[in-house]
Amino acid sequence: MSTQTPLVELKNMSISFGGVHAVDDVSVDLYPGEVVGLLGHNGAGKSTLIKMLSGAYAADSGEIRINGKVATIHNPRDARRYNIETIYQTLALADNLDAASNLFLGRELVTSLGFVDDDAMESEVRKIMARLNPNFQKFSDPVSALSGGQRQSVAIARAVYFDAKILIMDEPTAALGPQETKMVSELIERLKSEGIGIFLISHDIHDVMHLCDRASVMKNGKLVGTVDVKDVTDDDLLGMIILGKHPHGADGK
Amino acid sequence: MQPDQNTAQNFFSKLGIDLRLLGMIGALAVLCIMFDLITGGRFLTPRNLFNLSVQTASVAVMATGMVFVIVTRNIDLSVGSLLGFIGMAAAAIQVHVLPDIVGLGHWSIWIIAAVFAVLMGAVIGAMQGWIIGYLTVPAFIVTLGGFLVYRGAMWWITQGQTVAPLDPSFRLMGGGADGTLGETLSWIFGLVASIAAVGLILASRRRKASHGFTVKPVWAEGILIALAAGLILGYVWIMNSYKIAKGALPRIAEARGVEMVDGLVLNHGVAIPVIILLGVTIVMTLVSTRTRFGRYVYATGGNPEAAELSGINTRLLTVKVFSLMGALTGISAIIASARLGAVDVGLGTLDELRVIAAAVIGGTALSGGFGTIYGAVIGALIMQTLQSGMASVGVDAPLQSIVVGMVLVFAVYIDIVYRRKTGA
Ligand SMILES: Nc1ncnc2c1ncn2[C@@H]1O[C@H](COP(=O)(O)OP(=O)(O)O)[C@@H](O)[C@H]1O
Ligand SMILES: [Mg+2]
Repeated sequence: MSTQTPLVELKNMSISFGGVHAVDDVSVDLYPGEVVGLLGHNGAGKSTLIKMLSGAYAADSGEIRINGKVATIHNPRDARRYNIETIYQTLALADNLDAASNLFLGRELVTSLGFVDDDAMESEVRKIMARLNPNFQKFSDPVSALSGGQRQSVAIARAVYFDAKILIMDEPTAALGPQETKMVSELIERLKSEGIGIFLISHDIHDVMHLCDRASVMKNGKLVGTVDVKDVTDDDLLGMIILGKHPHGADGK
Repeated sequence: MQPDQNTAQNFFSKLGIDLRLLGMIGALAVLCIMFDLITGGRFLTPRNLFNLSVQTASVAVMATGMVFVIVTRNIDLSVGSLLGFIGMAAAAIQVHVLPDIVGLGHWSIWIIAAVFAVLMGAVIGAMQGWIIGYLTVPAFIVTLGGFLVYRGAMWWITQGQTVAPLDPSFRLMGGGADGTLGETLSWIFGLVASIAAVGLILASRRRKASHGFTVKPVWAEGILIALAAGLILGYVWIMNSYKIAKGALPRIAEARGVEMVDGLVLNHGVAIPVIILLGVTIVMTLVSTRTRFGRYVYATGGNPEAAELSGINTRLLTVKVFSLMGALTGISAIIASARLGAVDVGLGTLDELRVIAAAVIGGTALSGGFGTIYGAVIGALIMQTLQSGMASVGVDAPLQSIVVGMVLVFAVYIDIVYRRKTGA
């Protein structure tokens, strides 16, 4: 893997909010077809780190490279141009709109006259939901009327619909039941086999051990270290999260 | 729940008419019937309905724009003053400026003045939107400032003097006895509008069916078509039975190219400001439901952060929304000034409150994200009906204000209860 060009390189990323160093000199990378887990306590800076990649925040310093070339990502539109799709921890849904309007927000399907084509969009949403979450039925209700799991499926569907090359998933299964969580795991396996690179933020160490190739651990805005998952145990990862110490022997890349 | 209430609800939901729309129409009907009973049949007359619809036009046009403003979690307190300022400026150029350039009574005066009014509104609105979106001064403050600035600026144009008389063609847009389509054109208009409405209903049904979605039952679609066509043609019929007064008859006969004979009867027909309102309503409905811009307005109101993360430039959107509000205020300024035939410094006073009240009574939520164009128009109609009705019953002006104020608060309370119940 190390001979390949990384899909994404985040180099020495830093950002602070009014004196709080939310992310402090963090470097991680991601290869095609790889899943990299991001671990750490609440407030460790995981969401903030990936928001600099998704264009939600502008970094104070650091460099983003995509396929080896320096990328300029100032806003979410820039990120979409690099085929970066994000499932935000907050889901980022407009509660007053229906599933289709949310899924296509900013990229609406239009008719030949340039009007938004709601029927075509709903039809697409029905197709993708049939694969992602067959129980999903509330196509014409505003998403505020949906359950937590259904809302999460809408956010997931939005991220995978548009041929992402780089997928960011910030705690994608937090509101899901066991069955839906299993479907997301299968989805991740499938996307991985298609060569998509995935950053997966998760609290569940078991999930990370099972789904990820590598794991990067953060604490207090700093990177503790990056390890190959097959070189470490659950306890090693826990130690990194809690104590902020790199385990012996496993020395990342 | 009683079974018959259940079937009634089922009936209306099959028709695709929601409870809110039904409530507004019900309130309007109750008001009309009540005033008609109290006045002994003097309220629901062609004459009164003509005046009512003309008087509603100016506020209703602005209310459609206020929907977008409020949906995006903003407010515009400046529209009344801006209407006065634009009205005064457009009056001044057609009375004091254009005659010197193109000649007194030239045919192009009304067009130049009208385009000027709309552009002036769009530019001033965009400026306010820029201060709100990019300099992040709250809309409440920016437009409160505008409220004072434009009323003051209006005074400046003529040092407080009334500007009159406005160009005769321009005045047609205010909808007096002259400013109507006339009988024949009104019928043609009614037919075209009915056919268009039916066509739209059928086209939407075909589109839905082609995607394999469930469509309304045929009988429901039939009732909707009958309602739409009946409403349009019924309105035209009533306007076409409002007789032109004797005094104006020779003038109107000449304008319409009819020979003036003894016993000639001419009727008003649909007023031009009502046509303008209908046009604005259709365009704004299309914008709100079928364009990207409209979609982004609602998305931003529902969750500004999500809209931003979806790549929507919410700052620029704010500029556009306020610019649109300004352009619509320009249209209302044309209607209001043309209707009066003269502009004094009081033009548009308190209109901001009427416009906001119309939007809110029509179901626009001040917390953002929810509101419909047709709701705002019906809201404006309810407000005007209440006001005209009380006037015709002989309620004095202070009490009118008191009633309108209380109705506004009550209507919003009902709306909040409704939202809580439906979880919307
Ligand atoms: N927009 C913001 N403004 C101020 N502080 C922020 C903002 N976003 C994140 N932070 C702070 O940055 C730190 C990291 O937060 P976050 O990235 O959400 O952590 P995690 O996702 O690892 O739980 C926290 O201290 C949080 O309070
Ligand atoms: Mg987080």
